[in-house]
Amino acid sequence: MNLRSLIWKELRQRPTPMLTSLIAVTLGVTALVAIQNITVFSEQAIAQKMENLGANVLVLPPSVSLQDYYAADMHGHTMPEAHVTQLALARLPGVQNIAPKLCVAADVDSIPVTLTGILPKSEFQTKSSWQGLALLSNPVGSERGCCETTGADVSTDNDPSSLATTRTIQELGKSEVIVGADLAAQLGTDLDDRLNLLGEEFNVLAVLPATGTIDDGRLFAHLHTVQRLSGSGPVVNVIEIMGCCEDAAGSLITALSSELPDTKVITIAQVVETQVAVNSLMSRLSWVFFSILLLVGGASIASVMYANVAERRREIGTLMALGATPSYVTRMFLGKATILGVSGGIAGFIVGTILAAILGPQLLGVSVQPMPMLLGIGLVTACVVAVAASYLPARRASRLDPCLCFSDS
Amino acid sequence: MYQLENINKTYERRGQTVTALADSTLSLAEGEFVALVGPSGSGKTTLLSMLGGMLAPTSGRILLDGNSLYDLSVQDRTRLRLDRIGFVFQSFNLIPWLSAVENVQVPLSLAGKSATEQRQRATELLDRVGLSDRLEHRPSELSQGQQQRVALARTLANNPKIILADEPTGNLDPASRETAMDYLSGFHAEGRTIVMVTHDEFAAGYAKRTLRLINGVVNDETKAARAA
Repeated sequence: MNLRSLIWKELRQRPTPMLTSLIAVTLGVTALVAIQNITVFSEQAIAQKMENLGANVLVLPPSVSLQDYYAADMHGHTMPEAHVTQLALARLPGVQNIAPKLCVAADVDSIPVTLTGILPKSEFQTKSSWQGLALLSNPVGSERGCCETTGADVSTDNDPSSLATTRTIQELGKSEVIVGADLAAQLGTDLDDRLNLLGEEFNVLAVLPATGTIDDGRLFAHLHTVQRLSGSGPVVNVIEIMGCCEDAAGSLITALSSELPDTKVITIAQVVETQVAVNSLMSRLSWVFFSILLLVGGASIASVMYANVAERRREIGTLMALGATPSYVTRMFLGKATILGVSGGIAGFIVGTILAAILGPQLLGVSVQPMPMLLGIGLVTACVVAVAASYLPARRASRLDPCLCFSDS
Repeated sequence: MYQLENINKTYERRGQTVTALADSTLSLAEGEFVALVGPSGSGKTTLLSMLGGMLAPTSGRILLDGNSLYDLSVQDRTRLRLDRIGFVFQSFNLIPWLSAVENVQVPLSLAGKSATEQRQRATELLDRVGLSDRLEHRPSELSQGQQQRVALARTLANNPKIILADEPTGNLDPASRETAMDYLSGFHAEGRTIVMVTHDEFAAGYAKRTLRLINGVVNDETKAARAA
């Protein structure tokens, strides 16, 4: 038997008083681990999404306020399609692709759908005035204002499903549609099926893979077809501009604002800013929860330890009479506190990680992995709080009068 | 062995000074079996605590083998208790959540003995007090007499030269009382010095010398009887 086994035996025999403190410490670490875990992976997911989207810039009608990048064309406001031509002719450095969109309501077999008009790249290339610019065929390079490394590969192949990731498409006929994954499932439609839209028949060119965005519920058709069928005239709701790299976005937005002063120009970074701010708030809140719960845990530990010292006065007196030094008694209580901290830290990490793994996909659509760094932070903090909270009770125990061992003391 | 020189011990209680021991001078030789008797509150336990190095006198000196006990540091006095002094308590003071053998192991553990040594020595001692079949029993699973025997075994753990006993028969039935005193007598026969606080005339009868305390004043009854 030694000090360690003595502590363990006492804990095993009388676990109840320590249980509340253990729960409080565990909850504190759980809150930190769960929220931090979700926040970190959510930030990573946003960063990844931004990287996939490249240096995207949105050109919108001036009255539009935007919360969701993927719903940028769902506001009902329009601007002239001529802006698209103007942008292409401007030869702005850093521009890789231009993707105008017009969004209208329609229905297929009485199911309401969102029909989005897009302009295929081939459409640009057929316009003789643009051919000289070679806007879409030149490789990315510094001569066009691009940096050496690109944020994303925005080149488009002939696969129509590339629309899901690159936001543009090479070819799209006037009587062809591309269907989002969810809508395709809802309509029970597949490749080469026929769909009746706004009184015309369309052939399904492709079904997009699921993206987890609003695009999964859309139908995409040629912009000019949508304009004609909806009677909207030559207008668009939004012009998406794929910049060639992140670094180009900063100067590009200034150039775009100068080129189209009667529009609103925003970057993807601005769109996700709100989500990043929410994540940041969650991260800060997790530290607040962690601190509050650990303070509660610390207070609980101190209270339980004081009670434990009072309860064991004669036992401590006896140990001292038998030869236990004050430092031995101190270590006996601090050792117990350390066990409490380690147990709470580990339990909190496990529970927090499991909680994050369950809630992450449900709340924010992100899958999370265990973060060993949080185990370290949780363990160290829980131990420091437990030991600090137990220090005064331990010191009181070590200063008890050994004469307490006698019956009439 | 023990020299007590003009020992005074006073306490402050609610603004009043209470005298526990008054100018006591005393010698206790090695190998003596001394009974400290007297009414409640006469200072018996105070004197026992002082002999155990756990309560400093207000004035005077206590020498153990020529060394002033209270000039030693707390650590040194603790070490001295561990090595040289064993205690027997009226309420046995066993740790309730440890088994009999583990209770006996406590002083051995404090002395830094290995787990094997602890276990071996504790088993031997429990065998000596007739409890070899109760090694793993907790105090609550033992009778009062058996608990006191575990406590007696624990007293011998580090082979002390001095045993300080506080009312060792106070909570025992007559049969257990006799057994406990027989063991203490046996420990004395091995050359150990025993100082025993008791109200029990039967237990005091085992001692070779009786010190009576009345209002903090020590009277050596044996010496007085011899003088008479």
